[in-house]
Amino acid sequence: MKFDTPAGTNPIDTMKVIGQAVDRVDGKLKTTGQAPYAYEHGEIPGKPAYGYIIGAAIAKGRIAAMNTAEAKRMPGVLAIVSAENAQPLGKGSMNTAKLLGGPVVEHYHQAVAVVVAESFEQARSAANAVRIEYERGAGRFDLVKEKPGAQPLTGNDADTHTGDFAGAFASAPVQVDQTYTTPDQNHAMMEPFATIAWWDADALSVWTSNQMIAWNKRELAATFKLPPEKVHVRSPFIGGGFGGKLFLRADAVMAALGAKACGRPVKIAMPRPLMLNNATHRPATIQRIRLGATRDGKLTAIGHESWSGDLPGGGPESATQQTKLLYAGANRLTALRLAELDLPEANAMRAPGEAPGLMALEIAIDEMAEKLGMDPVKFRVLNDTQVDPEHPERPFSQRNLVRCLEEGADRFGWNRRSAKPAQMREGRWLIGMGVAAAFRNNINMTSAARVRLAGDGVVTVETDMTDIGTGSYTIIAQTAAEMMGLPVEKVRVKLGDSSFPASAGSGGQWGANSATSGVYAACAKLRDMAAQSLGMDPASAEFSDGRVRAGNRSAALAEAAKAGELVAEETMQWGDLGKKFQQSTFGAHFVEVAVDSYTGETRVRRMLAVCAAGRILNPKTARSQVIGAMTMGVGGALMEELAVDKRFGFFVNHDLAGYEVPVHADIPHQDVVFLDEADDKVSPMKAKGVGELGLCGVGAAVANAVYNATGVRVRDYPITLHKYLAKLPAIA
Amino acid sequence: MAQQPPAMAVTFKVNGKAQALMLDTRTTLLDALRDHIGLMGTKKGCDHGQCGACTVLVNGTRINSCLSLAVMHEGDAVTTIEGLGTPEQLHPMQAAFVKHDGFQCGYCTPGQICSAVAVLEEIRAGIPSHVQGDVGTAPEMSLPEMRERMSGNICRCGAYSNIAEAMAEVAGVRIAETHGAQSDAGAEA
Repeated sequence: MKFDTPAGTNPIDTMKVIGQAVDRVDGKLKTTGQAPYAYEHGEIPGKPAYGYIIGAAIAKGRIAAMNTAEAKRMPGVLAIVSAENAQPLGKGSMNTAKLLGGPVVEHYHQAVAVVVAESFEQARSAANAVRIEYERGAGRFDLVKEKPGAQPLTGNDADTHTGDFAGAFASAPVQVDQTYTTPDQNHAMMEPFATIAWWDADALSVWTSNQMIAWNKRELAATFKLPPEKVHVRSPFIGGGFGGKLFLRADAVMAALGAKACGRPVKIAMPRPLMLNNATHRPATIQRIRLGATRDGKLTAIGHESWSGDLPGGGPESATQQTKLLYAGANRLTALRLAELDLPEANAMRAPGEAPGLMALEIAIDEMAEKLGMDPVKFRVLNDTQVDPEHPERPFSQRNLVRCLEEGADRFGWNRRSAKPAQMREGRWLIGMGVAAAFRNNINMTSAARVRLAGDGVVTVETDMTDIGTGSYTIIAQTAAEMMGLPVEKVRVKLGDSSFPASAGSGGQWGANSATSGVYAACAKLRDMAAQSLGMDPASAEFSDGRVRAGNRSAALAEAAKAGELVAEETMQWGDLGKKFQQSTFGAHFVEVAVDSYTGETRVRRMLAVCAAGRILNPKTARSQVIGAMTMGVGGALMEELAVDKRFGFFVNHDLAGYEVPVHADIPHQDVVFLDEADDKVSPMKAKGVGELGLCGVGAAVANAVYNATGVRVRDYPITLHKYLAKLPAIA
Repeated sequence: MAQQPPAMAVTFKVNGKAQALMLDTRTTLLDALRDHIGLMGTKKGCDHGQCGACTVLVNGTRINSCLSLAVMHEGDAVTTIEGLGTPEQLHPMQAAFVKHDGFQCGYCTPGQICSAVAVLEEIRAGIPSHVQGDVGTAPEMSLPEMRERMSGNICRCGAYSNIAEAMAEVAGVRIAETHGAQSDAGAEA
């Protein structure tokens, strides 16, 4: 099925099941410990051995010698695999650094060997007995130092120029010209990278934890030089990803190498202290933003430049993305510059581009509003656009940012905010409110599904789509239920298996809309088959309450499969509506903070997000996506930072004690409002994503609230108290 | 071959069932539960006592099972997530987590639920906390108390707000009242 014209009325519009706050269909499994994650599967051929990964102890250089003699003699050791004795490996197209390093080391904690033993304890102990001598090379670890040599990019990351930015900025009566920095961040998903791998002759099977099954299969095939049909990837439950599990990682490669070496299934969970340097991370940025406006508050010049770094061959953090589309303004400039760094590999983390981009842009907007003496909500409303500002012939498919801002302001009690900072006090606490716009594009990905109707009337959906906590199981069940006129209980959903049709996977907040559209397409086909089987006209058949009706005839849906199971498979493909219309999601974040006037401690007291993201398929799971993203946004604003050791080139705080993320006590009750929308230009589901939208702008809303509370503007994230404590208002 | 590592016998109860194990003494309680008894509900998030995913109840008290060697638990009674309830018969806390969507990816969830059950007992037992105004008086059954005491259980998906609501429901605390009583974290819902 190809979606190339705006959706008309279709069975999803019934919204008997879609749009309802259905409890997660996998909820009982997850809350009772019965949902099996990668390391936990018992369906494997034989007793597994345990692998323990050794990470490089230098950031750049060479392994001069690896002495495994002592380790090999230790009890229970079955194999030690390194680049010295591993088969020659290919490299997947999506990895920058090799997943098995050696003798050349590309980054700190790059996997250089795996020890396989009968037990976890034995493997760990023997791994500690492997002696590695390194020749340390000179590396580049400081973005500030490498910034002057950073290079421009091409394609989507190329510079953009609209009108005459330099002239308009120079002549603007009101200007903001500031530089903001965001640090390296880590996904820190709760389940570490984990895989059980085994070989059956030349076929490789893995239970793993991965967001993108089809990519994973392709990359495993490339790495082990296998035809893709020889690789079987399963990932039915995933303990969080946030972009960290988009790609094939070392756990799967090392488990497969270990399994080959010892002729048994090998299971590996990457030790947490190895995770943060072995994994990809969101790279640090330096962002310069220049805004020019008329005295009555119209933006005339918008310039956003961002610098980030990555290993040679890597990519930039596209932090200027949203600036192309968020506000009106005739004269514009965006530019990305990429420096080479020898830190661990940079790559996507939840809302790549927009998350750090909006952390900077939405402070700059707050600064401009203050200079103009305008309310920051009103200033944003005044500069709204309904078309792509770089290509005014392209309208947005639907854009209700203004309503998000105004309705949010109303609900939050924004009128109680003092425009002048450091004015509101409650005892020892300085109180402040902040706002920021949320913006993230909608992306559609090709997505296929297979649906089966059995004689008992149960519909089973099979697709390699993943549920990383997003609620895919539930919204896919709701989609099939709505399409087939069944209650959710009559639908089974099977996910995360590469033997199922390839789906969109989970990333870029494309999963919900794309994967349910694939299920929609397969169900449309199944409806036709069912109607035909019942001798009814497929075009006029209606499916509801477990029955099919056409004309004056009616039959139970199950009847259609009486003679045998009906199976329909279909792929949703996308036309050019995404080119004709800019498809994006919008929101407004409101935050209230209290800053202790004595200690500088910042507490987030209230949070509200108002989102406009098309049809909301399940308000319960969608709300959870947004509150979770808001929580991550608080982390980004106030605490999250990978501390770079610029001498030796690694992230120092590489565990969950050192890399601080929000905990229960950091997060207040959170409110989320979804505007009642349905966007017919994006898909037959009329839905868009929310998982990344919820993070976009939160950091800046917190930053702006801290400024409003204290009068101290911090432009260097995270806003830890040593950056403002000395500047707090005098204690009366 | 080098000398075999020392093994030691240990017996304890898990979810009411007696277990007799011969273990490498380096085996944590967490790995004994997962790899030797086959109860995979208890999760390994960090193996260093930093995340709380491995929380279980030992003789009614919650601990990080990754920070405890299995052989230290001779004669103990261990309760894991599987011992609290089953999909067919959920514990009230499990049911409240489902109702309030107190989880997303589900990996920290068994630890959160074990902690949540224990936290309510700790407040009832008068065990003091950092957020208590006066440690000489009994702690209140309130959201600030729950949030403080749950802070050793990280949820990277960020379900905290929903977990608090699930716990409040099980504790019989009216949310509006509790929000009003928040001391430093804020005055409003």
